[in-house]
Amino acid sequence: MERVDPLTIPAARPQSRSETFAFLILVAVLVIAPFVIYPLILMQALCFALFACAFNLLIGYVGLLSFGHALFFGWASYLSAYSAKAWGFPPELAILTGAATGAVLGVISGMLAIRRQGIYFAMVTLALAQMMFFFALQAKFTGGEDGIQSVPRGKLLGLFDLADQLTMYALVLVIFLAGFLFIHRVINSPFGEVLKAIRENEPRAISLGYKTDRYKLVAFILSATLTGVAGGTKALVFQIASLTDVHWTMSGEVVLMTLVGGLGTIFGPVAGAFVIIAMQNFLNALDQWVTVIQGVIFVACVLLFRRGIVGEIAHHFRVKL
Amino acid sequence: MFEIFGIPSQALFGQLLLGLINGSFYALLSLGLAVIFGMLNIINFAHGAQYMMGAFGAYLVLQYSGLGYWPSLIIAPVLVGIVGVIIERTMLQWLYKLDHLYGLLLTFGLALIIEGVARNNYGSAGLPYAMPDSLRGGQNLGFMFLPNYRAWVIVMSLAVCLSTWFVIERTRLGAYLRAATENPTLVRAFGINVPRMITLTYGFGVALAALAGVMAAPIYNVSPQMGSDLIIVVFAVVVIGGMGSIMGAIITGFGLGVIEGLTKVFFPEASNTVIFVIMAIVLLIRPAGLFGRTA
Repeated sequence: MERVDPLTIPAARPQSRSETFAFLILVAVLVIAPFVIYPLILMQALCFALFACAFNLLIGYVGLLSFGHALFFGWASYLSAYSAKAWGFPPELAILTGAATGAVLGVISGMLAIRRQGIYFAMVTLALAQMMFFFALQAKFTGGEDGIQSVPRGKLLGLFDLADQLTMYALVLVIFLAGFLFIHRVINSPFGEVLKAIRENEPRAISLGYKTDRYKLVAFILSATLTGVAGGTKALVFQIASLTDVHWTMSGEVVLMTLVGGLGTIFGPVAGAFVIIAMQNFLNALDQWVTVIQGVIFVACVLLFRRGIVGEIAHHFRVKL
Repeated sequence: MFEIFGIPSQALFGQLLLGLINGSFYALLSLGLAVIFGMLNIINFAHGAQYMMGAFGAYLVLQYSGLGYWPSLIIAPVLVGIVGVIIERTMLQWLYKLDHLYGLLLTFGLALIIEGVARNNYGSAGLPYAMPDSLRGGQNLGFMFLPNYRAWVIVMSLAVCLSTWFVIERTRLGAYLRAATENPTLVRAFGINVPRMITLTYGFGVALAALAGVMAAPIYNVSPQMGSDLIIVVFAVVVIGGMGSIMGAIITGFGLGVIEGLTKVFFPEASNTVIFVIMAIVLLIRPAGLFGRTA
């Protein structure tokens, strides 16, 4: 049996035509899609795609497995929803509130989590997220089991009424593409090269004089902030923020999406998010079996399919995606 | 009846006892995690699910064969241990040469499968499991009432923890285990069947979790999600204690259970989160954990 470990695949050259080509196809598909597929499902998938891309920035490019990303997603979604509903924030400010929430929580939990490596990092992030889950359960403003419901979508910049599904879709698409391109830029910057160096061999990066903790913290905060954007956007799309978004199962779901799509590939998390969201929506009849199916996919991916969908395609055609 | 810091002694000692009970489970589970991690370099995310399987095992043994608590205390851990051995042989053994993270991801998937199947078959509500007649009732100690069953759980888990410690730290078998943890290739060269030892270690760690599950069944009811919330707390316990030391895992487990119990008395709102807060503090002061060695 061939052993592949995407976490240690050497970095390909930074510029590649295959990426541009794939990106253009992605944009084209996403522009046409809302006329074919129910926009709400697409918006859900796009929010999760951004979430997964932000998560992949850590696991795929720094080699840090966070098992607590629901913390940023859920709390950003709560604060976006609350600011829009209770304080009457317009949507652009509500989403920024989500981003700020992710950033602040990212600074705090990142400073704690990067003190440990590898497997401990995963356990620390999971435990911190669980702690904040209990805070969300007990805090008054989150509405406990009910969550924050009927969040107003409002008018973007006072001009565009987001109650219209297609207008909302356009906003979500712009946010997703901006986030995606930002991550792509980060990964291919000198900063991103240092991140990959840390992933490959942290002691060597340290010996070369890089303060790796600082790089890891910045990457963690970036990832948390983008997750916050995704969570805030999700709260506006579904007009609800609830305990589901902060629960550890949500952290597991984003790991699954990234794993299915391909760890450490730029398009993988997007593909993974669409596959998993599609599965959840189309397998609705099997509602109760969804957890089991997700578990089976986890096991199958780890044992047989470690490159993920996009990773396999990239490997087969020898291109970078 | 007297008061300590304005809290009736009955309530204080009651919560302390509950804390010790929780602590026993933390200790048993983090011990299993530490033993498995030592040999397999895998964090067994399915540990909580296997604890739940132990409880369900006891329940099913009662349903289908009528055997009660005492036989279950042996049968359920053995059965779940066998399942563990099968899991190790069919899946985990392919992961040892990969990054540690894949082990975590695989066992997370297993936990989802086990929990999902249990929920589909038995619903989310808890199933009651009666405690054995011989352990009903309790002792009046003057300052508090001590139910027999709870005393049994504490004594039993202390005994299991300490004998595990003894076997690993003080016997020949334990010496092989520790040697194989340090350098498996060398130990193999001495003619010891390390792969089989790894398999059995996983089976043993899993059986410990199942044993904890059987003991928990009469206290907490048997429910599919009983393991998943517990395992996250146990992860925090493991981070606090560090996985380098068996005794460290036992002491941290019991100690944190007691602290959690005391928090329930003096500051109930924080009882869910106190262990996580302690974890954050420990990370700030001693990043390697209380008993951990710096890597």
